[in-house]
Amino acid sequence: MSRRPVAIAVALLLLGILALDTGISAPLNPFAAPSPIALGSGQAAGGAHCAAPATR
Amino acid sequence: MTSLAANSAMQTSAPRAGLGWRIALVIAGIAAVLTVAVLAGARYGLLLAVGLGFGIVLEGLRFGFAGPWRALILRREPAGLVAQLIAIGVVAIVAIPLIESHSGELIGAHAPVGFAMIGGAFVFGIAMQIVLGCGSGTLVNAGSGNAVGAVALPFFAIGSFAGAWHLDWWTGLGTAPTIALGDVFGANGGLAVTLVLLALVAIIALRGAAPEHRRIPRRLWLAAGFIAVLAIANLVIAGQPWGVVYGLGLWAAKGATALGADLSGSAFWSAPANMERVSQSLLTDVTSLTNIGIIAGAMLVASWRRGFDQPVARLPAVAWIAAIVAGLLLGYSSRLAFGCNVGAFFSGISTGSLHGWVWFAAAFVGSILGVKLRARLGFEGAPNRGGHK
Repeated sequence: MSRRPVAIAVALLLLGILALDTGISAPLNPFAAPSPIALGSGQAAGGAHCAAPATR
Repeated sequence: MTSLAANSAMQTSAPRAGLGWRIALVIAGIAAVLTVAVLAGARYGLLLAVGLGFGIVLEGLRFGFAGPWRALILRREPAGLVAQLIAIGVVAIVAIPLIESHSGELIGAHAPVGFAMIGGAFVFGIAMQIVLGCGSGTLVNAGSGNAVGAVALPFFAIGSFAGAWHLDWWTGLGTAPTIALGDVFGANGGLAVTLVLLALVAIIALRGAAPEHRRIPRRLWLAAGFIAVLAIANLVIAGQPWGVVYGLGLWAAKGATALGADLSGSAFWSAPANMERVSQSLLTDVTSLTNIGIIAGAMLVASWRRGFDQPVARLPAVAWIAAIVAGLLLGYSSRLAFGCNVGAFFSGISTGSLHGWVWFAAAFVGSILGVKLRARLGFEGAPNRGGHK
């Protein structure tokens, strides 16, 4: 078997996650989006990062 | 010629896709970025572009973490590790002063050192050598059609979700205060300490190598430069450094929520910032976007090179079981360790966090054990082009 079906399965998994996410998440609103660049925006970073502690 | 080297040779000598298909790949990448920018906002489109860049560089120039560590452990070949250190150093030169001067807008990958953090990094080192795929490497492997990476990826996400759930308990076992070198020594002092330590590690690695292995190939210089630029862009655009594990755990949290799970029992997932992430679209989550970009970028490169024509590794059942277990461990342990090779090692050190250095030491010791375990679990000799990840 070649790698092609594996890559297709991964792509379908990714699309499935995005489709599920679209169904259960708040609708996208580009007009409420943060500034394109965080540096210089005056806005605090979201902090959703691997180094984030258990509670904040 | 080893199987890994043979596969590298196969990859570089393989014919490329036709011009029409390559144009279609470029258009698809640009269209995806523009679509996210229009639907979610310009910042998110830019972050997907950064993720695509990571994936293209990691797969295209065969820049990785697990493979180079394996090469250093088995053959005392330091080029890949030195390239990682160069990239980290370049990012540090920009990131540490920038974070100190813009602390309201930018955050570093700063986390505390603790018993669970050290143990987590050690286990991650073992697991990443078993599947020859770290945080970024598993994404790249999966995107390029590597079946071991594709099997490990969903379990990586589940493990990350579970590790985050239990993080509060594990950190309660004993955790020191968070130490950022920029806070302790000031921006210039923290940067100087970081660069001196990076140089020391590089010198030790190079001096321990045979003279013919001390040269850094041009592709690794290029890759280190591109990765550094992309990591700096990630920090400047998102306000936080490059990470992988949080996004994967979030994907599993989304799935658990869809299945009716109540996340309020977890101190981590019920924290306001994380509850907001679970309720909002993945197209507005920093690490999810760069993760998607890495997978898609690796796919683009593999398709460009006709890499999907390569055969899938034929492995014994024990190896596939090991890939599942290692995937779970990769996710779980990297949450306890406050990051993987990207969030803790690369971004931790490059933003001046002490935990990045401790992660490096613990994960490297774990890797020495993992290299031995991989051979016993039926992975050796298989045509698995994961050696560069």
